[in-house]
Amino acid sequence: MTVQGNRRFAMAAAALAMISIAGCAPSKPKGGRRAPAAASDTAVAAQKTYIAPGDLDEYYMFSSGGHSGQVFVYGLPSMRHLGTIPVFTPYPGTGYGFDDDTRKMLGEYTWGDAHHPGLSETKGDYDGRWLFINDMNGRVARIDLRDFKTKQILGPIPNVSGNHGSSFVTPNTEYAMMSSRFSVPIPLGTYAPIEKYATDYKGVVVGVKIDPKSGEMSLGWEIVTPPFDWDLGDAGKGVSDGWMFFTCYNSERATGKLEVTASQRDRDYIAAVDWRLAEKSVAAGKGKMIGGVRVLDPREIPGLIYLMPCGKSPHGVDVSPDGKWIVGSGKLQGVTTAFNFEKVQTAIRNKDFAGDEDGIPVLKYESIKDAEVPVGLGPLHTQFGTDGYAYTSLFVDSAIAKWKLGTWEVVDKIPVSYSVGHLAAAEGDTVSPDGKYVVSLNKLSHGRHLSLGPSQPESSQLIDITEEKMKLLYDAFTEPEPHYAQIIKADKVKPIEVYPKEENHHPLATWDVKEAGLKREGDKVIVRTVVVRSTITPTSVEVNQGDTVTFAITNIEQTTDELHGFGLLGYNRNLVLDPGETKTVTIKADKPGVFPYYCTNFCSALHQEMQGYLIVKPRAGGDEKGRKRDNGHD
Amino acid sequence: MRSERAMSPPAGRLRGYIVRSHRVLDSPISAAPRALLVLAAVLLVVALTQPLWDMTMFAPQYQDGLRLHIYASQLVGGNGGQDLKEINLLNHYIGMHDLAQESFKEFLWMPFVFGALALLLLRAAVFGTVGNVLDVTVLSMYVGAFSLWSFAKTMWAYGHELAPTAPVKVPPFMPPVFGSKQLANFEVYSYPGVGTWAIIVAAVAMAVALAVAVRGARRELAAEPA
Repeated sequence: MTVQGNRRFAMAAAALAMISIAGCAPSKPKGGRRAPAAASDTAVAAQKTYIAPGDLDEYYMFSSGGHSGQVFVYGLPSMRHLGTIPVFTPYPGTGYGFDDDTRKMLGEYTWGDAHHPGLSETKGDYDGRWLFINDMNGRVARIDLRDFKTKQILGPIPNVSGNHGSSFVTPNTEYAMMSSRFSVPIPLGTYAPIEKYATDYKGVVVGVKIDPKSGEMSLGWEIVTPPFDWDLGDAGKGVSDGWMFFTCYNSERATGKLEVTASQRDRDYIAAVDWRLAEKSVAAGKGKMIGGVRVLDPREIPGLIYLMPCGKSPHGVDVSPDGKWIVGSGKLQGVTTAFNFEKVQTAIRNKDFAGDEDGIPVLKYESIKDAEVPVGLGPLHTQFGTDGYAYTSLFVDSAIAKWKLGTWEVVDKIPVSYSVGHLAAAEGDTVSPDGKYVVSLNKLSHGRHLSLGPSQPESSQLIDITEEKMKLLYDAFTEPEPHYAQIIKADKVKPIEVYPKEENHHPLATWDVKEAGLKREGDKVIVRTVVVRSTITPTSVEVNQGDTVTFAITNIEQTTDELHGFGLLGYNRNLVLDPGETKTVTIKADKPGVFPYYCTNFCSALHQEMQGYLIVKPRAGGDEKGRKRDNGHD
Repeated sequence: MRSERAMSPPAGRLRGYIVRSHRVLDSPISAAPRALLVLAAVLLVVALTQPLWDMTMFAPQYQDGLRLHIYASQLVGGNGGQDLKEINLLNHYIGMHDLAQESFKEFLWMPFVFGALALLLLRAAVFGTVGNVLDVTVLSMYVGAFSLWSFAKTMWAYGHELAPTAPVKVPPFMPPVFGSKQLANFEVYSYPGVGTWAIIVAAVAMAVALAVAVRGARRELAAEPA
C-alpha cells in the first residue's frame, strides 16, 4: 500500500467511526426533516432559485400578513422577502401610522387581520395598478403599486361583521367583493338574543365599488342573506363574468360549538350572485337603507342569488381561467367538485331547484356538477396553471394535488411541510395563468428552520410546476401569517423611485431650506421642516407648554433611496420621509423640557449628526410636578 | 522713385514683402475657402447647442454615474438635472461652492462671442479677402484659448475655495479638465463634449481656409505680369 493509499484508508476508517457514533447517538433526527434529495435534484433546485447578486427576480408575490395587518412582498423565484407594506397596523419602519394622515387613516385601530390580497385586473388579467386587501375588522384597503403605499382604508363597512371574505376583484376591477363571516343582527348595534340566531341574525355580501381611474373605493351595495358564515369568494370570468361566487359554512344556522353544530349537514353552499343585477337594482332604487347603505333583499329581487350545494364546510371557491368551471370542495372530504357554469345557467332557466333558503333558490348538486375529483383529504383552494392543469391544496394530507380540467384526472401529488392553507400560482387566478411556480402557504413549519423558540415562523414553499411532476425548490419562512398571496409578473408593475418635486402639492411642502422655520398662530405652531443630507432644518424649535405643534416635514432629496426619518423622543413619534415626500406630525406639547429629534433612517456619512431639539418652555408659574413626572419618560 | 532707388537692399526687401503681403491680404478668396468659412460658422453655432465638456463621476453608490454637461451658456445635470443637485449635495460635505449657473461668468459672454465670430466668419465668406480670413481665424484661436483658460480657472477656484468649516477636510484639488482622476470615492472622467469637437473642426476648417486662400492669392500674384 502506498503512503497515499494508507492515508485514504485511515480517513475512510475515521469516517466510518463517526457514522457509527452518530448511529449510536440517543437523539434521533426530529420528525419532519426533509427526505434526502439526490444531489442532482438539489443542484437543479438551487439553479432554478438562485438569483445572482444584482440580478432581479421574475415575479412579485404579494402575500397577506394575516393578523400582522400587513402585506409582505417577495421576489420569485428567490423567495427573498423584499419588503413589507404596512396596511392596517402601525409600522415604525416606514413611519406608517405615526404621521397625521396615516394616523387618521388607521383611526383607533392598532391591528388588522389581512387575508386575501386582490390585484386589480383588466379583462381578467392583472394590470399592476392596485392591490386590495381585507381586514377582519370590516375594512378594505387599497395599495397603489406606483409607490407601494396604502392609499385608502374604507370602513368599517356598515352591517359587516368579520370581513373574512374579501377582497375579490372582478375582471375589470369594477368591484372588490366582500362578505360577512359572523352573522349578527343588523344594523350593527342591534340587540337580539343568541336564541334568535336563525331568524334575527343576518349575513351580508357587499359590492365595494372601485373608481376605474383613481381606484378610489366606495360603498356600492349590500345584499342581506340568511345567517350563514360566508367564507371565501371568487369573481366569475369569461363565460361567467358578471357572477360572483361565495362559499359559506354553517348553513345549519347553528350556534354554540360550531365545529360540531355547523358540521351536521352533508352540504353547505356556494352562493352565485348576479352582481350586475345587484348594480341595476340599486340604480333603480330598490332595497332599503340599513346602517347608511342600500341593502337588497333577495326575496324582493328574483334571480339575485342562487345557492349551489357544495361538500360541507367549503373554504375556497375558484373559477377556472375560462370561467367555465367553479371549483369548490368540502374541506373535510377527499374530493373537490367542479361545477359547470353552463349547467348552473340551465338549472336556473329550468327552475331545477331542490328547495330554498329564506326564498333563495337552492340548485340540485347533481344537475350542476361536472365531476368530483379525488384530490385527497382536506381540499381547500385551487389555483390554475397552463394546459388546463389545476392545483388544489390539501390541508389534512399536507400536500398539493395536480389535476386536469375536463379529464378530471389527478396526475401528481407533492407533499408539503406542513398543512398547506392557501396556495398561489403565478398569475394563477387570472384568465391566463403563467404556470411555472406554485407557492404553498403552509400553516406549520415544525422546525424545518433554525429554532426561534416556541413561536415558530410560517413557511412558504416554492414548487416548480414546469414539468409533469411537481418539484419542491425552496423553503422560505415568513412572519405571521400569510393566508392568500398573489403572484404577478414583475414587468407589469411599474413603481416610481422618488416622488417628483413637481407632483408634490402638499400645502406645507417646503423645498427651500431658507423657508424652513416656525410660524405661530395663537397656541398653534407650524414648523416647516426640511430634511436633506445631513441636516434637519430648523435645528432647534422652541415652543410653549400647551402648544399644538405641527412639524410639516419635506424630504427635498430627489435621489433614489435617500430616505430620512424624524424620530421625536419623549413624544412617541417616528416618521420616515421618502425622497420628495411631505408629511405632517402633530403633537400636543404638554410636557415641558428638551426633546431631541433625529434622523431615524440611516442616510449619509453624517447621518448621526442629523439631529435637533424641540424645546418646550414650561407654562408661566411652572409645572414642577408635571415636569418631574413626565420628563424623560415616553 | 528716387527714394526707392536710394534704399539699401534689405530695406527694399522688407518693403517688397510688406507690399506683397498687402496685396495678398487684399486678394479676394476663392470658392473653397468660402465654403470652409461657412462650415466653420455653422459649427460654431452648433457648438452653442451642444455640451462643450462632459464630466462623469462613478462611485460604488453611483453605478450609473453622475453626469454633468457644461454648455456655452448653461450647466446641465444628467438624469433630468438631478445629477447636478446630487453633485452639489455631495460637494457641500467638502465645503465646495454649489456648481451654479451664476458663478460661470463664461456663460454670459460665450454665446455672444461665438455668435460674433460666426458673423465675422460669414462676413469673410461673403466679402472674403485673405485679410478677413486671417483676422477671424486669429480671433477665433484667441477666444478658444481664452475660453479654455477661463474654464480651467473656474474649475481651479471650485477645487480650491473650500469652506474652512466643511465637515470633511480635503486638500484643495484641481478637478480633472481632461482625463480621469480619483477624488475620494469618486472616479471622475472629464472630456471635451460634442460642442468642443465642433469647435475643433471649425478651427481646422478656418486654418485650411486660410492656407488655401493664402496659397491661391500668392499663385495669382505670381501669375500677374510684372
